[in-house]
Amino acid sequence: MSRLVDPASLTAGYFAIGHIDDIPRRGARCVQTPQGRIAVFRTMDDEVFAVEDQCPHKGGPLSVGIVHGAAVTCPLHNWVFSLETGKAQGADEGAIKTYPIRNEDGALFLALDVFAAK
Amino acid sequence: MAKKLVIVGNGMAPGRMLEELFETAPGLYEVTIFNAEPRVNYDRIMLSPVLSGEKAYEDIVIHTEDWYAERGITLHKGAKVTGIDRAAKTVTAANGITAPYDVLVIATGSSPIILPVPGHQLNGVLPYRDLDDVEQMLAIAEGRGHAVVIGGGLLGLEAAYGLKRQGMSVTVLHLMPTIMERQLDPAAAYLLEKALTERGIEIITKANTRRILGTEKVEGVELEDGRTIVADMVVMAVGIRPAAALAKEAGLTVNRGIVVDDGMATSDPAIFALGECAEHRGQCYGLVAPLYESARVLAERLTGGAAEYLGSVTNTKLKVTGVNLFSAGDFAEGEGREEIVLRDAARGTYKRLVLKENRIIGAVLYGEVADGPWYFDMLKRGTDVAELRETLIFGQAYQGGGATLDPRAAVANLPDDAEICGCNGVCKGKIAATITAKGLTTLDEVRAHTKASASCGNCTGLVEQVMSLTLGDKYNPTAVTPVCGCTHLGHDEVRLLIKAKGLKTIPAVMQELEWKTSCGCAKCRPALNYYLVCDYPDEYADDYQSRFVNERLHANIQKDGTYSVVPRMWGGVTSSDELRAIADVVDKFAIPMVKVTGGQRIDMLGAKKEDLPAVWSDLGKAGFVSGQAYAKGLRTVKTCVGSDWCRFGTQDSTGLGIRLEKFMWGSWTPAKVKLGVSGCPRNCAEATCKDIGIICVDSGYEIHFAGAAGLDIKGTEILGTVKTEDEALEHVVALTQMYREQARYLERIYKWVKRIGVEQVRLQIMDDAEKRSGFFERFVFSQQFAQVDPWSERASGKDKHEFKPMAVIDFPQAAE
Ligand code: SRM
Ligand SMILES: Cc1cc2nc3c(=O)[nH]c(=O)nc-3n(C[C@H](O)[C@H](O)[C@H](O)COP(=O)(O)OP(=O)(O)OC[C@H]3O[C@@H](n4cnc5c(N)ncnc54)[C@H](O)[C@@H]3O)c2cc1C
Ligand code: SF4
Ligand code: FES
Repeated sequence: MSRLVDPASLTAGYFAIGHIDDIPRRGARCVQTPQGRIAVFRTMDDEVFAVEDQCPHKGGPLSVGIVHGAAVTCPLHNWVFSLETGKAQGADEGAIKTYPIRNEDGALFLALDVFAAK
Repeated sequence: MAKKLVIVGNGMAPGRMLEELFETAPGLYEVTIFNAEPRVNYDRIMLSPVLSGEKAYEDIVIHTEDWYAERGITLHKGAKVTGIDRAAKTVTAANGITAPYDVLVIATGSSPIILPVPGHQLNGVLPYRDLDDVEQMLAIAEGRGHAVVIGGGLLGLEAAYGLKRQGMSVTVLHLMPTIMERQLDPAAAYLLEKALTERGIEIITKANTRRILGTEKVEGVELEDGRTIVADMVVMAVGIRPAAALAKEAGLTVNRGIVVDDGMATSDPAIFALGECAEHRGQCYGLVAPLYESARVLAERLTGGAAEYLGSVTNTKLKVTGVNLFSAGDFAEGEGREEIVLRDAARGTYKRLVLKENRIIGAVLYGEVADGPWYFDMLKRGTDVAELRETLIFGQAYQGGGATLDPRAAVANLPDDAEICGCNGVCKGKIAATITAKGLTTLDEVRAHTKASASCGNCTGLVEQVMSLTLGDKYNPTAVTPVCGCTHLGHDEVRLLIKAKGLKTIPAVMQELEWKTSCGCAKCRPALNYYLVCDYPDEYADDYQSRFVNERLHANIQKDGTYSVVPRMWGGVTSSDELRAIADVVDKFAIPMVKVTGGQRIDMLGAKKEDLPAVWSDLGKAGFVSGQAYAKGLRTVKTCVGSDWCRFGTQDSTGLGIRLEKFMWGSWTPAKVKLGVSGCPRNCAEATCKDIGIICVDSGYEIHFAGAAGLDIKGTEILGTVKTEDEALEHVVALTQMYREQARYLERIYKWVKRIGVEQVRLQIMDDAEKRSGFFERFVFSQQFAQVDPWSERASGKDKHEFKPMAVIDFPQAAE
């Protein structure tokens, strides 16, 4: 379960966004970034995932969907996405962008491509 | 001449290392050990049985005095090393002894973390690490009294159990929602909590300690929420920290622990670190198995070998007599991971395996742990389990054999006095006995003789299962549609079993009803949450993460991710003040659209999520509460102007509508409920297509129900006519409660009635006064807990996290 990270490997592209306890279990919080709104999820088992907060179907905010396992159900029309790969599950086709995130003893760091926004 | 080996710390890790060393190269080193504890090497793991009285110190000694003497080892007991001089290659202890070394091993273990809350230095606040701590606990325990253990992890729970065995009453305070969350998933934690509670240990989760009370000696503990618990002793078991200060002062590389390479060497090649104080590849270990592995590597290195330590996978067991649990590896969910879950509610067992690419990567076992080592072995080896997949979860003994899950297990496990048919009060034993006594073979016969399932029919599935259990294969029950893929039970069965078994949390339902997944899905969780809210309004803690976004945010999500805000406008009546307040809010928050709804109230559409608490705060000041336009609950009560104004009005329909809305708002229901009250049969409030409607007539109130005007169109059925407004209210409320208790989640009243029959409702609500008042009372009871305006709660700060981003990142600034 523990995912210790060598702090030296935290490159300039990683941004501190807060603590895992800021996010309810089986819930999500948003991070506003120059690349758009990113949803940071925490599962029942304290895994953390970051994905773009926009459903490819019709733009639903995934951050407010119901979280079950490592998946989220979109609040607008119930598509289900894997938080790990970003892929839509079942018969639906589509994917959301996923972002690397590190959990260092509860402190969360989100990887963003600093140059992409410029 | 033998080289000088000095060891700082005489714990379990160096003990094992020395055994290996003297086995292979007895004369190679002249060994000196410094130990801060005034004793030989003992089995620290076994402190818990010493605390509980199941073992004595003598039973847990690993190396006796003779052992050291035979090997010519000098052991300085009660000698804490305070300095290392790397240039001179000596160590010095607090008692003045200095010893030179050629090779130094630091094995100082860990220090327990003491929370720096006020009062932590009081007498009677103890860590749980060594024999001295245990002796102090035993001294206090002798005076009986109450112990509080802070920390519901492995150590805390073992301490709690030991102190309980010593006759103290014990409370465990745990910060997280479930105990041992690092080793157990919530399902296993539920079982463990239940087992410990049965042993008389009180467990309080989500308990945040504010301070320890007392003047000299501990007297109690105060929590953040203001609760206080009396205590004669407080054991802090909140975690450990590698004891690396000595190494740090000596200038060695220290991270969380003392950094070592694969040969256990520190940044100084003459100094090694071993045990809990060491950090290897970013990992610090807190269990003996990995320490013993690295002890073997170090012993080989010290004799000139080139062994390498590559890190370990660990597993956990809890040493509480009669509690069997095992956990290993990574049991989080994730893409490409599959889980196999097996629950046996009767025996209270739970097994969960997490597989990835046909390999076991995690295992949690509760109750039946015999297969733990078997799974753990396959986990460590990365064994391909594709071939075993079908029977893997049944354990090693089943390999080659076969076992199938019996869908009747949940019913089979019910006691004979469990009520199966709620309408007629028939229990399981009665049904089974009647079937046998009268030789019944069909459902109709069982209905005729026992009355079970003869009324609303919700329990048909369960009755059929009892029949099939009693008659064996001679009876084949009709298949029910399961709630979702997580269970084979249907909604009705789940509802009845929740009651029959007195299940009060979602993990309890999932365990006792043998759910096939560990945490459910978006279909079953909201349903279970509703059933529990309905059945235990006072005790159940609503699980917000199991609610659809609208019910969590108390607003309707729109297609663009904004929200709509609909305040209650009781019975559709408003005033200039209310309208002014709405107008002000619309201006202040630039709300793009204001619309009169089909439910006789005003909808503000397009509010931003961040603005919601402020919008509600302003509306609240004008006296508005949430219209719950988003809820599976009471929505609107449409009225017409009635006898107050209308020339045809027979009764005060507006007043009755308002009264009903004020009585019933806030209640959760299986699906939305809309009411209408018309003042005469002209029916301007469209009461005859509502879930429940009232048509006022000269002689009183005609009560209607089961109408529809949405996806389906259907006129209402007539329940009957009553004389007074009070009676009208009682009937409407009782009918709503009957629906709340019996319908399936998401089933509107008209669909529920279609299933159970109009006659059933008339029988229970119109004809049976006792039933009616029972329903009424239960509704009134649950309203105490439900009539809390969710908007004002959130305007004053509840669930803040829902409305605010966690962080805002701005590149130019952040990258600096
Ligand atoms: C706002 C409103 C339309 C309007 O502008 O008038 C409305 C708006 C929505 N209705 Fe409605 N319904 C509105 C009155 C009705 C009525 C008429 C009435 O209440 O008198 C009906 C027919 C009666 C009924 O309830 O069946 C109605 C039948 C539905 C249905 C079909 C339900 C069914 O089982 O047949 C849905 C879909 C559902 O609930 O699954 C629905 C769902 C919705 C939702 C919640 C769609 C959604 O899930 O997001 C719409 C939300 C918009 C919003 O954010 O406010 N709405 N909806 C009305 C709000 C009434 C209120 O004050 O609370
Ligand atoms: C109550 C309890 C129950 C446990 N149960 C389990 C279990 O079920 N399974 C499991 O795998 N693990 C269990 N553990 C953990 C296990 O005991 C430790 O992982 C193991 O003992 C660590 O060994 P070590 O040699 O690194 O340190 P320790 O055994 O802690 O030994 C360190 C020693 O160094 C001494 N020392 C520290 N600083 C100095 C200094 N400056 N000079 C001289 N001496 C010093 C200390 O006094 C101590 O005696 C339990 C621990 C406790 C406390
Ligand atoms: S009828 Fe109701 S659900 Fe359909 S678009 Fe209009 S408001 Fe939405
Ligand atoms: S917008 Fe997500 S499912 Fe439609």
